[in-house]
Amino acid sequence: MTWEQLIFGVVFVVALGSSMAMLFMRNAVHVALYLVAAQMALALAFLLQGAFFIAAVQIIVYAGAIMVLFLFVIMLLGVDKQEALIEPLPAQRPLAIGLGVLLAAEIIYVAGKGLELVTGAGANSAALNEINQNPGNVKALARLLFSSYLLPFEATSILLVVAIVGVMVLARRMSASDLVRASKNDETLEAA
Amino acid sequence: MNSVGPGYYLLLSALMFTVGVIGALVRRNAIVIFMFIELMLNAVNLAFVTFARMHGEVVGQVIVFFVLVVAAAEVVVGLAIILVIFRQRASANVDDVNLLKW
Repeated sequence: MTWEQLIFGVVFVVALGSSMAMLFMRNAVHVALYLVAAQMALALAFLLQGAFFIAAVQIIVYAGAIMVLFLFVIMLLGVDKQEALIEPLPAQRPLAIGLGVLLAAEIIYVAGKGLELVTGAGANSAALNEINQNPGNVKALARLLFSSYLLPFEATSILLVVAIVGVMVLARRMSASDLVRASKNDETLEAA
Repeated sequence: MNSVGPGYYLLLSALMFTVGVIGALVRRNAIVIFMFIELMLNAVNLAFVTFARMHGEVVGQVIVFFVLVVAAAEVVVGLAIILVIFRQRASANVDDVNLLKW
């Protein structure tokens, strides 16, 4: 057994175990912490497959920034509230689990078939290792990002600006004078 | 060199995606549902990285980069929407948001 197999075993167990644990945690903070654990394990899986830059970004952006944002909102909305167990649609839970298992079977079947079709699947990791040696993972990514994928890259920058402006509009609280004006408008509407 | 075949990584990716789907269908808290959506995105990222290794190119990793950016934007907007709903109904339970239901 090589080191890589050992590390992959740990990654597999931690990633799958903590994502399963997310299903059973009733406290939202615990769900968030298990998600962080799963993302850390996935970062390790990225490292194993020679995606060094993506692994670093996964930890910095996902496990760092995005999860902090999640925890921030959980704290803002009240952490002590447990999820209601009342189920308005009684059949939904078993149906969801059954369909989920069916989906897993489908994906695994299709992926297995696809792997058989791809000639020499897995044999190309040598080519990726060569790229990672020369010119290097980050350089190779940057070259693609700023040449073939320049337009999508610019589109994502527009997307981020739109998201920021949208959030500012959404999360803005109306000031007191705005509220007075709004209620006056309502009154005049009702009078008319 | 690489002794773990891509099939195992794809298996992990598929199983994690399924857990994400089940969680998003089963849970009632809007924030928790959001976290399961993040789990699905992460599982797909693993598949992309695996495909990048299978083809010996970094194109798959570029796609992961874009998925990360879109996920960040999506989380920010989604959490703001949850926040606005919480201000109006004092609840993050998706069953309480049924105004558009016929």
